[in-house]
Amino acid sequence: MRTLWKQAALSAAATALLALSLPGGASAEDARNGGVLRMIAHPEPPTLMLGLNQQGPTQFVAGKIYEGLLTYGPDLQPRPHLAERWEISEDGLVYTFHLRKDVRWHDGRPFTAKDVVFSATDFLAKVHPRARGHFSRADKIEALDDHTVRMTLKAPFAPFIMGFETSSAPMIPAHIYEGTDYQTNPANQTPIGTGPFKLAEWKRGAFIRLERNADYWQAGKPDLDGLNFVIVPDAASRALAFETGEVDVLRGGDIEYFDVQRLAASDGVTETRAGYEMLSPTMWVQFNLRSAPMDDARFRRAVMHAIDRQFIVDNLWFGFAKPSAGPIASTTPFYDEKALVNYDYDLKKAEALLDEMGLKKGPDGVRATVRFLPLPYGETYIRLGEYIRQQLEQIGIRTETVATDHAGWAKRLGDWDYDLSLNLLYQYGDPSLGVERAYVSTNLVKGSPSANVSGLNDPEVDRLFREAAVATDRDTRASLFSDLQQRISEQAYFGYLIEVQFPTLYRSGIENLVTGATGLNGEMEDVRLPKR
Amino acid sequence: MVKLDRAASRLVKAVAVILAIACMNFVLIRMAPGDPVAVMAGEAAMTDQAYLDELRERFGLDRPVHEQLLVYLGNVATLDFGTSYRQGRPVADIILERLPATLVLTITAFVISLALGITAGVIAARRPGGWVDTVVSTLALAFYATPLFWVGLMAILLFSLELGWLPAFGMHGATPPAGGFAYTAEVARHLVLPAMTLGLFYTGVYARLTRAQMLEVQSQDFVRTARAKGLTEARVERAHVLRNALLPVVTMAGVQAGHLVGGTILVETVFAWPGIGRLAFNALLQRDYSVLLGVFLVTSTMVVVINLLTDLVYGLIDPRIRFER
Repeated sequence: MRTLWKQAALSAAATALLALSLPGGASAEDARNGGVLRMIAHPEPPTLMLGLNQQGPTQFVAGKIYEGLLTYGPDLQPRPHLAERWEISEDGLVYTFHLRKDVRWHDGRPFTAKDVVFSATDFLAKVHPRARGHFSRADKIEALDDHTVRMTLKAPFAPFIMGFETSSAPMIPAHIYEGTDYQTNPANQTPIGTGPFKLAEWKRGAFIRLERNADYWQAGKPDLDGLNFVIVPDAASRALAFETGEVDVLRGGDIEYFDVQRLAASDGVTETRAGYEMLSPTMWVQFNLRSAPMDDARFRRAVMHAIDRQFIVDNLWFGFAKPSAGPIASTTPFYDEKALVNYDYDLKKAEALLDEMGLKKGPDGVRATVRFLPLPYGETYIRLGEYIRQQLEQIGIRTETVATDHAGWAKRLGDWDYDLSLNLLYQYGDPSLGVERAYVSTNLVKGSPSANVSGLNDPEVDRLFREAAVATDRDTRASLFSDLQQRISEQAYFGYLIEVQFPTLYRSGIENLVTGATGLNGEMEDVRLPKR
Repeated sequence: MVKLDRAASRLVKAVAVILAIACMNFVLIRMAPGDPVAVMAGEAAMTDQAYLDELRERFGLDRPVHEQLLVYLGNVATLDFGTSYRQGRPVADIILERLPATLVLTITAFVISLALGITAGVIAARRPGGWVDTVVSTLALAFYATPLFWVGLMAILLFSLELGWLPAFGMHGATPPAGGFAYTAEVARHLVLPAMTLGLFYTGVYARLTRAQMLEVQSQDFVRTARAKGLTEARVERAHVLRNALLPVVTMAGVQAGHLVGGTILVETVFAWPGIGRLAFNALLQRDYSVLLGVFLVTSTMVVVINLLTDLVYGLIDPRIRFER
């Protein structure tokens, strides 16, 4: 009896202790499911210092180490992150950011307004090409106190608030980089950020291992113990790595579209196309408008009529795409379907346009010969190039296909040494950020494949983009962008093909994998694996 | 004294060859269209002229090509391989951390294919036309004729996906056991498929070569003499036939050894093996000139050294060769 009482008393005491401890810090830890999420980094990022390199895989991996002031929801609305709130003045000139007070760098030093000012005015302004353009719109960027930053613009720029996600403006620790040569700073090999994960080990050519940042400013997060990125260079091997269960997630572009279709249909696999709202890649036939016959709108319209975009979606992208007809993607703000000219698939119309131009067929059935530069991005893109070549031949345009690797493609495009090419454009959540650069005459920069390489020089287009960028009123912007879409679509300056969709495949049961507009490039502090 | 002279002259020749290779590599790479600045600008979705100019200046690409070549040769002479444009780290470090993986893979494949190939060839030659010979010869031909890439993928399909016996890729898991036997075992398990895939082609070559040579030597007079002396069949086979049949095999092995460092891009790609072949391939795609030149220099130096070693092995097998030339 005595022992029984003793046991009862003991267990009561234990229960009481347990109950007492529940509301404490340990409970958040206990609620974690933990585990390691395994993904693929392809190709291997050259560095994880996100401020210095904005390649896709760098954004993907280092986006968990570094953070920006804001994140963006699938609706492209800004959400608080390192800045817990912000104000924009009525005239659209002054942006005031209030920073979180409990954020620390991975080395334990506090994150303050000084870091923000250093990043925006010094580090990123020197080495980050997109952020440089963005922050150069500011007249003054200053710290009001340790946790308040004020940015005063030279002129209103409505999409200014869209430029604060991690890869567009990663926050860089001033105490490590101030006064050093950023490119050669040895700290680049051991990145220090504020993010939910820290670099644990990087075995070049094999894997990158990130571990949980236990001092992360969001208490109890991240849920995962770590992230592993294996480096698998071959697309077929990547599909196999997912099938054999050695990785949990396949990103868009990891495998070819025919494998996506197959794997998405298998048991225990979930597919989503969310998470690319910020990028919204559109693909087009790029004309070199400097030379004939591409300088004639009738030729470009003929090309539009000669290509069956639904065929491309159905047979080359297996449904993971949408026909595209204009410069602004349907997932980007200010898209206006009604403003666009409908170039239906009709070879007769195409031939009639070419006849009207006076491009007559020769005895061999050829009207003109052009140099065609397809995108060297893998099987699907090679087939697209073949399809377009075949379609153009049907209306009497012979193409001399120039086979290149990626470096050769970039070089030729940047040097304007092509007639037709294929190209892919990221939109960055606002036409003034991601679309304008391919159209305006102020961006005719030789040597860069991502400038206005087509040579487009239309004062009307320039004017509409210029006015839309500085207008602060949403309706005014919308109407300007509608005019733009109409103008560009009528002139068919680009041969719009498709909005490329990137499907993500993952093991069913993984939660919160894609939560924002930058998808898998996001911080991943909320991702949960099923409890083991 | 004569011997030393010859060794010295061989060495001078070797250095000259390496120097010539370095120059040629430099020129050839520069003839490929595309430059690192365009690649980087494209990746950064970047259009700003200042950024392009700054990159060119930082890499020294704004200087005339012959000046760049001179700077490069000067650096190489002092064993400075430069810095990777993309990784911002010394090329020597980058190569050194990837070289062991390639050596482990290729040396394993080399040993496997030599051992398997010669054994199979010897066995097949015992009874030409018999069923063992037919099986060996057919297999050897199949190994010889099948593309590596396909073999690799099929091996993964069978052994990793269907049977689940062997890992499909990588050199070890993401958290490899620390050091010692466990680590070796882990690497060995990962090594099986890529080493077999890489070794198959040469296994086929060695099997066919050995078989043909064995048959030829077997019919010669000195073998008949040896048998007449009453030597056992095994002794005749080993000391008289095989020894004389091996020379062409060694020649071929020299060729394979030349591939030890460079010829593994396909297998390293299919099996995600973190070696130097893939490093070079990626550097090429990205026009990371300094890394590419570094890999070329290291690999060509090794080929030159391996050629010297092959010559020595000839001498061991057939003493007459030592005194020629």
